[in-house]
Amino acid sequence: MQAAFNGNGALPLALSELREGEKGVLESLDLPEEFASRLMELGFIPGHPVAAGKSAPGGDPRIFRVDGSEIALRRETCSHILIRAHA
Amino acid sequence: MSELHSLPHGPKRPATAVLEPLREPVGAAGHRVIALVGPPNSGKTTLFNRLTGLRQKVANYPGVTVDYHVGQMILNSKTLDVVDLPGVYSLTPRSEDEQVTHNILHGLTDGMRKPDAVLLVLDATNLSRHLMLAAPILAMGIPTLILLNMADELRRRGGDVDTEALANQLGAPVARISAASGEGLEVIRGFLAGTVALPRPVELPILGSVPACRQWAGSMSRAAGYQSPNAPVWTRRLDALFLHPIAGPLIFLVVMVLVFQSIFVVAQPLMDGVEALIASSGEFVRTLLPGEWLKSLVVDGVWSGVGSVVVFLPQILILFAFLGVLEDSGYLARAAVISDRTMARVGLQGKSFIPLLSAYACAIPAIMATRTIESKRDRFATILIAPFMTCSARLPVYTLIIAAFLPDREILGKFLGLRALALMGLYLLGFLAAVATAWVLNSSVMKAKKRLFTMELPPYRWPTWQSIGLRLLDRSKVFLRRAGTVILAVSIGLWALASLPLVDGHAPPIEDSLAGTLGRTVEPVIRPLGFDWRIGIGLVTSLAAREVIVGTLGTIYGIEGGDESSMGLQQALRQNLDLPGAIALLVFFAFAMQCLSTLAVVRRETGGWKFPAYQFAYMTGLAFVSAYFANHITRFLMG
Repeated sequence: MQAAFNGNGALPLALSELREGEKGVLESLDLPEEFASRLMELGFIPGHPVAAGKSAPGGDPRIFRVDGSEIALRRETCSHILIRAHA
Repeated sequence: MSELHSLPHGPKRPATAVLEPLREPVGAAGHRVIALVGPPNSGKTTLFNRLTGLRQKVANYPGVTVDYHVGQMILNSKTLDVVDLPGVYSLTPRSEDEQVTHNILHGLTDGMRKPDAVLLVLDATNLSRHLMLAAPILAMGIPTLILLNMADELRRRGGDVDTEALANQLGAPVARISAASGEGLEVIRGFLAGTVALPRPVELPILGSVPACRQWAGSMSRAAGYQSPNAPVWTRRLDALFLHPIAGPLIFLVVMVLVFQSIFVVAQPLMDGVEALIASSGEFVRTLLPGEWLKSLVVDGVWSGVGSVVVFLPQILILFAFLGVLEDSGYLARAAVISDRTMARVGLQGKSFIPLLSAYACAIPAIMATRTIESKRDRFATILIAPFMTCSARLPVYTLIIAAFLPDREILGKFLGLRALALMGLYLLGFLAAVATAWVLNSSVMKAKKRLFTMELPPYRWPTWQSIGLRLLDRSKVFLRRAGTVILAVSIGLWALASLPLVDGHAPPIEDSLAGTLGRTVEPVIRPLGFDWRIGIGLVTSLAAREVIVGTLGTIYGIEGGDESSMGLQQALRQNLDLPGAIALLVFFAFAMQCLSTLAVVRRETGGWKFPAYQFAYMTGLAFVSAYFANHITRFLMG
């Protein structure tokens, strides 16, 4: 996935770079099909908004608010999920 | 990846495949099967308990139901089988528990007919996402009632939905309920009896991908005027505290200390009461029975054997009450997230934490609970280490030995006593053995591969008295049933072995009896651990189940003590075990695999004897070696 400006004028970045309280819109899931489907079932669907919440002590895993739920993901997984940040 | 971006509407399904209205009441032909389906943590089990009155464990974290459970409900004097299924996000199975649901719904499970009707339980507070499951379920063509559960919470948090509009969109009846409060449940009976008006069937699209499914679900909920609820304010506040980098772990520690302390302090008067009751009733029964032999069998054998185990019921119930509150409130899901990083270091994950924590109660449900773990490798690793966690069957053994050998001294005032500290140490020891084993597995034969960790965090909810109460009742039944079967049988068998062969028509001194011979046969092997032949008998009988050793010692000392059996188990134990031997015995029980039921479950879950055989050899070997060192090191330190 290459970094490029898109129509909304926001840079795509990894979900892991979102700080607590920040929001973004999911862009793509750069993960094996099986993992991607499970994450989409949990609400991580491209085009949907996502907000970063608290994290476990030590900063990993992190909790995200997505599609009405709070889901914890490992930092490693987040680094493969691309989002457009709200400017 | 590209198909993830496009949101295609699939071709329309032909109208004939659409859900047909029930022509006759579902209950008319007797024993019809009703399946409860829904996403994890949507309240299926609570509803199941409501409908069937059966005790089925409920908790507030996703993945509590890992196998299907069948209960009965009566409708118009006909019996219906209600099946509670593990939660699924879709009908594409990705873990063992989801496979169970998939197989039942498709009629692929032996001895279980394909469901005649489905109750689709969705969380009303998260309807847009949960409606995704409606598409594949309705497509199966089984008569379905859609239940929007937790309707009271939706209302309280300012959300709303038009059920009639939704029913017309989906072509299936929809109702708002609250399984926890019992609100709106009459509609289920009406639906099953065929008296609920069904909306006109509609054509539903076939949806090929998750985004397409989600888009459809969104359009359905929009058409039904769904207003999602406000954010759960209290959950946010509590998480700010429980997930705080410093306060969070501290609170966890304080909670754990409280649990262990109360196991001793709160349970003690109750246990003393039960003990006194058993002792006086035993003496009373003695006066009623004719003949020395019968008196000896019933009072010295059965009463001391079974009674010495029953005494521990209050402690076990307190432990289960605490675990129940932690589970039902939603705190455990947070604990799983907090623990994930630590677990990952030894090749496990946060999802392993919940089975491991429930293994503190009993390894058997814990091993079943590993079914929520998608990765097979992680699942087997968790199964292998789960029996190291201190299960409630070890509790009677631990507390007996601790109370017999350690003084009741305060360490931090009233807050923490020496005995509670020793007990915590033993719990920690089992945990460390589990972690060390996981680490060894991860760095040798079972290397962890890359996998996904996800954990849904439910809002905090008040545990209900009903749920906790039912669970304690259920636990008491299990515990007493075991005392009434396994321990009763062992007590009688042991009494016979301890009373034979007859010498001049009388029972021999116990060391010359068959049981004594057995004990003395194993004595050379266990002598290095600091145990004598009496403990040896207990070790042999406790291979069936750990707490059996308490009953066994109760029986042995009961027979040996004869009329002076009022001496009590603790005092009797002190006479033939010294402190190093006692510590070695504690260590032995912390590690040894002494539970036939667990081995049987491991065999079933792993599909062969290989895993249970390794597990038994490894754990019991480790127990032997560690007890040896514990005995000798303590002896050396004591001079």
